[in-house]
Amino acid sequence: MRTVQRTDSSLLRDAAAIAAAMVAVGASFGAITVAYGLPTWVPFLMSTLVFAGGAQFLAVGLIAAGNPIAAVLAGLLLNARHLPFGLAVAQTIGTRWRDRLIGSHLMTDETVAFTLREPDPVRRRRTYWLIGVTLFTSWNAGSALGVLLGGATGDPATLGLDAAFPAGLIALILPSLRDRDTRVVALSGAALAVLLTPVLPAGLPVLCALLGLFALVVPRRRRPAPPAAPTAGRSAVSPASAESAGTSAGPAGNSTASAASAEREVSSC
Amino acid sequence: MLIAAILTLAVGTYTMRLAGVVLRDRLDLSDHLQRVLPMAAAALLAALAITAALMDGTELAGVARPAGVTVGAVLAWRRMPFVVVVVAAAATAALLRLAGLP
Repeated sequence: MRTVQRTDSSLLRDAAAIAAAMVAVGASFGAITVAYGLPTWVPFLMSTLVFAGGAQFLAVGLIAAGNPIAAVLAGLLLNARHLPFGLAVAQTIGTRWRDRLIGSHLMTDETVAFTLREPDPVRRRRTYWLIGVTLFTSWNAGSALGVLLGGATGDPATLGLDAAFPAGLIALILPSLRDRDTRVVALSGAALAVLLTPVLPAGLPVLCALLGLFALVVPRRRRPAPPAAPTAGRSAVSPASAESAGTSAGPAGNSTASAASAEREVSSC
Repeated sequence: MLIAAILTLAVGTYTMRLAGVVLRDRLDLSDHLQRVLPMAAAALLAALAITAALMDGTELAGVARPAGVTVGAVLAWRRMPFVVVVVAAAATAALLRLAGLP
């Protein structure tokens, strides 16, 4: 009992920390939108209906520059990562339509990162909703505050908040990086994204991080062939299926499926 | 035009969010692929974090932000609480900027 209470209170404390940062960045979003000379309803509408910080900053900049179509396209490209995020947290959100319709809207980088940090399905579910609702509330409160205060909100970089968000994400994904495969995939994907950032439009480099999944396939080709026809239960997670996925001649349904998905990821970039 | 742009962005974003959640059930994923989904999410999150730490638009970020994130990452690696990581990263970047570093 004591353990449960302690972990719950630490989750609340983490949520409060990220919420405070969200209020400050949301305030800067509200203030910037007003400073661009856009109507005051714009930040409210965007923060409630779009609810994606990076895309919102990018979109208001392009709208203010007189290019609303570019704003939509750039925003959508930046938000395309939510589709694979949705696949990853779908089981946490569950199959009830009410949960799916509301829960999907609460999906952000931080919600996903906090959720995937939890190993236990029950806690995972609670975390998703707690962080999702907290971030939605604090982001919208921040936006409103920014509209009210205008230039008085200042630049979030002065407070170092531009360093706080990446550091927070790193802290959240570190536990999953203890798994060797995940670490290889994530780090090679991230390195690729950084290298592609100067040459590709915003959003695309991060999507290309999915190519890091190929790191799972490539080195395993060199291993000696494992015994054929392993039992169904084991084959799914054994190196055998990953290996045959790379050679595209995999006899099992597992392997063809993963090869197909790998191809889909290439075409998405 | 302005409201149309915002609504299109909102509907498009929501559709992508919902699509993953709904598709997950429709796709008959092998155990292997199911194991890959959290890895894909980890790769996206790592890419977001590291590009945000190092890059400012298409150029390299200055010194303060990468230094702040590095301090945060080291503390996270030493298993310090999340709050400590976030506050230390922000404080490092803010202090370096106060000292005049970009």
